[in-house]
Amino acid sequence: MEIPKTFLGYKREDGRSGTRNHVIILPVDDISNACAEAVANNIKGTIALPHSYGRLQFGADLELHFRTMIGTGRNPNVAAVIVIGIEPKWTKRIVDAIAVTGKPVEGFSIEGVGDIDTIAKVSKKAQEFSIWASEKQREERPISDLWISVKCGESDTTSGLASNPTVGNLMDKLEPLGVHLCFGETSELTGAETVCEKRGKTPEAQEKFKKTWNAYNDFILKEATDDLSESQPTAGNIAGGLTTIEEKAFGNFQKIGSRQFIDVLEPAEEPTKGPGLYFMDTSSAAAECVTLQAAGGFNIHLFPTGQGNIIGNPIEPVIKLTANPLTAKTMSEHIDVDVSKILSREMNLDQAGNELIKSTLRVANGRLTCAEALGHKEFVMTKLYRSA
Amino acid sequence: MANTDIIIHDEKDNVGVVVIEKITPSQDCNCWVMENNKSVQIQSKDEIPLGHKIAMMDLNEGDTILKYGHDIGKVVKSIKKGEHVHVHNVKTKKW
Repeated sequence: MEIPKTFLGYKREDGRSGTRNHVIILPVDDISNACAEAVANNIKGTIALPHSYGRLQFGADLELHFRTMIGTGRNPNVAAVIVIGIEPKWTKRIVDAIAVTGKPVEGFSIEGVGDIDTIAKVSKKAQEFSIWASEKQREERPISDLWISVKCGESDTTSGLASNPTVGNLMDKLEPLGVHLCFGETSELTGAETVCEKRGKTPEAQEKFKKTWNAYNDFILKEATDDLSESQPTAGNIAGGLTTIEEKAFGNFQKIGSRQFIDVLEPAEEPTKGPGLYFMDTSSAAAECVTLQAAGGFNIHLFPTGQGNIIGNPIEPVIKLTANPLTAKTMSEHIDVDVSKILSREMNLDQAGNELIKSTLRVANGRLTCAEALGHKEFVMTKLYRSA
Repeated sequence: MANTDIIIHDEKDNVGVVVIEKITPSQDCNCWVMENNKSVQIQSKDEIPLGHKIAMMDLNEGDTILKYGHDIGKVVKSIKKGEHVHVHNVKTKKW
């Protein structure tokens, strides 16, 4: 298959391209959610991104909060941003970091004003942004402007057999075209960690991966109340035919095909080493992982599922594929790409990879994903430890 | 194309995965090696359900199970070609 060299995207001020054109109302903290949601309700063409945190966080946990907020605003799928916080200092820090991209952004704080006047003031600005963004047109953009993140969920044996290798096939075909790629799920690589480490392109990347995985493993050993060998693989995994944690991890690992990663990213960190595959240190919980990848600047997501995970994201379209014929049938409204024909050998991996590339480009060009049409907007902050 | 009963990922693998509801003892099964798109045949010795593994060769205690071309654990009880491979005869090398 000849892979198209372009897709129809929104060109942004900083030169990147969006697959979507969102105007977001971003609350800095939990108590600003009500205000943000009221504004989004007033002004059509805007979406609020409510979440649960942002007060009395400190240290690395606070830095991650800021990085996630800022990265979400900077994502090229976002045309313009309104930031609302209880107080001006943290609000301004987020606004200033988003403004570097050149996109319209404005911050508001509620203290000393109250919700009602803030909502009125913010609504005026949000209306201006919404109308401004509505005139943006899609134009031909190089395929290398696609930043593709991947993560699987509700996996079963069909994931490792077929849907994850389909994503791997896509990676093998698209990486040479200069796209950015990202995989995560530190915990789910347990059992394949030494093989994964060797996939680092440079000794630095390998060393960074080793450090990241070890830090995760130390944390698990410290917090675990029982021996992990009893819970990995899970009873459900074993019933489904998975025998060892290595087998589970290598099934997950199929998503990166035969690629090598060039760098290891902190959660929500934007890659800076150019095109290629990156590993991001993330939780394996679906919404947390995709939220972090979107904050890292990724503009389209591929999500293989076995039993049928239904996740979506407010700014990064999430494309679901499954190789489980039962899931494709019983949960068809959640499945964008059905590759179950691999199991009956009516389709090979090369063909499945091509189908996925076609679907990815259609979604990049504006086709709604199943999750978007169903209104899935899971925006979940990763919390490293409890607040002060 | 004959129906596929078993998928083998990598040509190095010594196990395949059942992709039909179940295979029964003494069933002649069609296997598809995904990596090189080749077909092989095997006769099963056990009943093996969907998603579970079958040994593609005789395996001795201490041997390494290869799936996806990678080491996924060690044999703890010898396995004959065509037998069910699972937690009763294979363990992780991790713990």
